[in-house]
Amino acid sequence: MGTKVEVQNLVKIFGKKEQQALELLHQGKGKAEILQKTGATVGVNQASFEIQEGEIFVIMGLSGSGKSTLVRMLNRLIEPSEGNVLIDGDNISKMEKEELRKVRREKVSMVFQNFGLFPHRTILENTEYGLEVQGVDKEERQKKAEKALDNAGLLPYKDQLPSQLSGGMQQRVGLARALANDPEILLMDEAFSALDPLIRRDMQDELLDMQETMRKTIIFITHDLNESLRIGDRIAIMKDGEVVQVGTGEEILTNPANDYVERFVEDVDRSKVLTAENIMVRPQTVRLGQSGPRVALNRMRTESLSSLLVVGENQKLLGYVVADDAARLVKENVTSLESIIRTDIPKVDRHTLINELYGIIHEATTPVAVVNENDRLLGIVVRGLVIGALAKEEEEEATNGE
Amino acid sequence: MENSFLDVIPRVPVSEWISATVDWLTNNLAWLFGAIQDAGDWLMDTMTDLLLLIPDFVFIIIMVALAFFAAKKKFGLPIFTLVGLLYIQNQGLWESLMYTFTLVIVASLVSIIIGVPAGILMAKSKIANTILSPILDFMQTMPAFVYLIPAVAFFGIGMVPGVFSAVIFALPPTVRFTNLGIRQVSEEMVEAADSFGSTGSQKLFKVELPLAKATMMAGINQTVLLALSMVVIASMIGAPGLGEEVISALQRAQVGPGFVSGLSLVVLAIILDRIMQGFNKR
Repeated sequence: MGTKVEVQNLVKIFGKKEQQALELLHQGKGKAEILQKTGATVGVNQASFEIQEGEIFVIMGLSGSGKSTLVRMLNRLIEPSEGNVLIDGDNISKMEKEELRKVRREKVSMVFQNFGLFPHRTILENTEYGLEVQGVDKEERQKKAEKALDNAGLLPYKDQLPSQLSGGMQQRVGLARALANDPEILLMDEAFSALDPLIRRDMQDELLDMQETMRKTIIFITHDLNESLRIGDRIAIMKDGEVVQVGTGEEILTNPANDYVERFVEDVDRSKVLTAENIMVRPQTVRLGQSGPRVALNRMRTESLSSLLVVGENQKLLGYVVADDAARLVKENVTSLESIIRTDIPKVDRHTLINELYGIIHEATTPVAVVNENDRLLGIVVRGLVIGALAKEEEEEATNGE
Repeated sequence: MENSFLDVIPRVPVSEWISATVDWLTNNLAWLFGAIQDAGDWLMDTMTDLLLLIPDFVFIIIMVALAFFAAKKKFGLPIFTLVGLLYIQNQGLWESLMYTFTLVIVASLVSIIIGVPAGILMAKSKIANTILSPILDFMQTMPAFVYLIPAVAFFGIGMVPGVFSAVIFALPPTVRFTNLGIRQVSEEMVEAADSFGSTGSQKLFKVELPLAKATMMAGINQTVLLALSMVVIASMIGAPGLGEEVISALQRAQVGPGFVSGLSLVVLAIILDRIMQGFNKR
C-alpha cells in the first residue's frame, strides 16, 4: 500500500485581499493578525499530510477549524489559494476542468452532512446520478445502482423519494450513491453528525464492516473525538485552519503534540471518555394511548422482560410498567396503562460518563434511561453493558502496561 | 420657481434623442418589423380561427376538465369555469374571448421563451445580472401605456404591436423568478452535483432547474396575468378581443357593456390563474 493522497502546504484564504494575506502568512503571521490587517480569513493554513491507500483517515476539529474547507479542496469544490493536492501523483489543484471532472466521476466520491440527496429524484435515480453524468447507459447504470442499494439493504425503497426515508436511511442512500460508481476515494464530510446517536453508531459499524471488504481510501471529517477514535486508522487534528497533529488514536492519546491536543483528549483514560451514548442500546418501549396492558404484557413475554418503558408523543419518556401490574390491569379489564406507570426510573443524559453510570446503575432496579434535554428517550443502559465496558478497559490497561 | 439659476443649463433633448432612435429603427429595420408583423398576424389569425373552429361547448368542456384535474378533483374551480365561460358565451363575447386568449398565449409563450434563458443567464453570470437588473426595473416601472407608442411605430396597429408591448410588460417576473429559483438551490445540492463531476449543463438541467421549478412557475403565472392585463390596454392600439369592447364602452360612456366585458376579463384571469396554480402544486 502506497500513498494515495498527498496534501502539500494547502492554503485557503477567504476574502478580497488574498495575495496580501498569503504574503503575511508566509512571513509566519497568525490567523488573528491577518484578519485584523487585511480583513481576510485564513480557512486552512499550510496543511500538509499524506493519506495511505486503504486507510480511514479522520480529520477532526471543532467547528470553524477549517476541516470542511480542507476536505472540499481535495476534490476542488473549493479552489485552493495555494498548495497542492496529489491523488496518485496527479496534481488536482492544477488540473484543467475536463480532467478534474474525470477524477470526480471516477476516483473521488463525496458523502454530505445533510445527505445531499436530490429531493426531486427517487432513491434509485439519486443512486445512479454519478453514473448518469458519466453517460453510462440506462440499463447498466440502473443495474449498478440497484446493486449498491441492495448492499445497503435499501433496494425495496428504490422508488421512494428521499423525504419519505428516515435520516439514517437517507444517509445510507448517500453512501450507496457515493459507492455506486466504485470510486477509490471516499470523502465523508460530517457524514454521521446529523444522525441520532444510536443510528450513528450503527452507521459507524456498517462503515467499518464495509471497509473490511472494500478497502477504499476514506477521508472522514468529524468534530467528535469518540467517532474519530472509533473509526479512524489515523487522525489529523485541526485547529484554526492548521493541522496540529497527525497520528493513530493511540499516539494522539498518549503523546499529544501540544496543549490544544492535550486539552482535547485530556480525559481519555477511556473509562472516562466512554459515555452513556457509547454503550446504550435500543430500548423496548410501548406508546401510551397506542398500546394497552395486553400488548405490553405480550411484548414482555415475547422479549422475556420484566418491565417495559412507556413513551408518549415524540418518544418522551413517561416511565415504565412491570409485568405484574400489567397482568392485574388485564384481569380488571382496564385498557389504559396510565394508572400503573412507575416513574422511579433513573435518567441520565447521553454525555454521562461511564464511571458515574456505574454508581447509578448499581442502585437501580430498572435499566437507566438515556434522555435528551426534552426527556426524549434515546436509549437505555443496562447493568451488564456498564460492567462489560469497564472490564474491557481494565483488560486493555493491563495489556498496555506490560 | 420661474427663474431658477439652474435654467442656465439648456434643456437636454432627451425626447428628441429617443424619437430619433425610434425613427431610425423604424426606417432602417422596416423590412424586419414588416416581416415580423406579417408572420405574427398570420400566426395569430390562424390560431384564433382554429380556436373558433372548436365549437364553444367543446371548448368549455375541455376547460372544465382541465380545471377539474388542476383542482385535484374538487368541484369549486370546475363549476366556476363552467359558469364563467357560459356567461361569456351568453353575452355574445365568444369571438372576443378567443382573440384575447390567443394574444395572452402568444405573449406568454414569447415571454417564457425569452425570459427563462435570460433568468438562467442572470443566475449564472454576475455581469449579466448587473446589466439585466436595471433593465428589468425599467421595464416594470415605466408606465405600460408608454410601450404602446414605439409598438405602433414599429408594427402599426393590430395584434402584433399588442403582443410586443405585452411581452415587454409581462417579461420581468419570469426572468426574476427563474433567476431567484436557481439561486435558491441550496449549496449542498450544487456541491453534490459538482462532486459527481456534472458538467455545467448537466447540473443545470438535472438539478438546478428541477429544484427551481416551483419558483419559476410562480413567475410564469405572474407573467401570464400581466400579459392579460396588457393585452387589454393594447386594445387602444387596435388589438382585438375583450379589451376592445371595454375601450369602445369607455369611449361611449356605456356603463353596462363596459362592466359586461370587464367581468369577462376577470373570469378569464381567475380561470387561467387557478388552473396554472393547480398544476404547479402537483
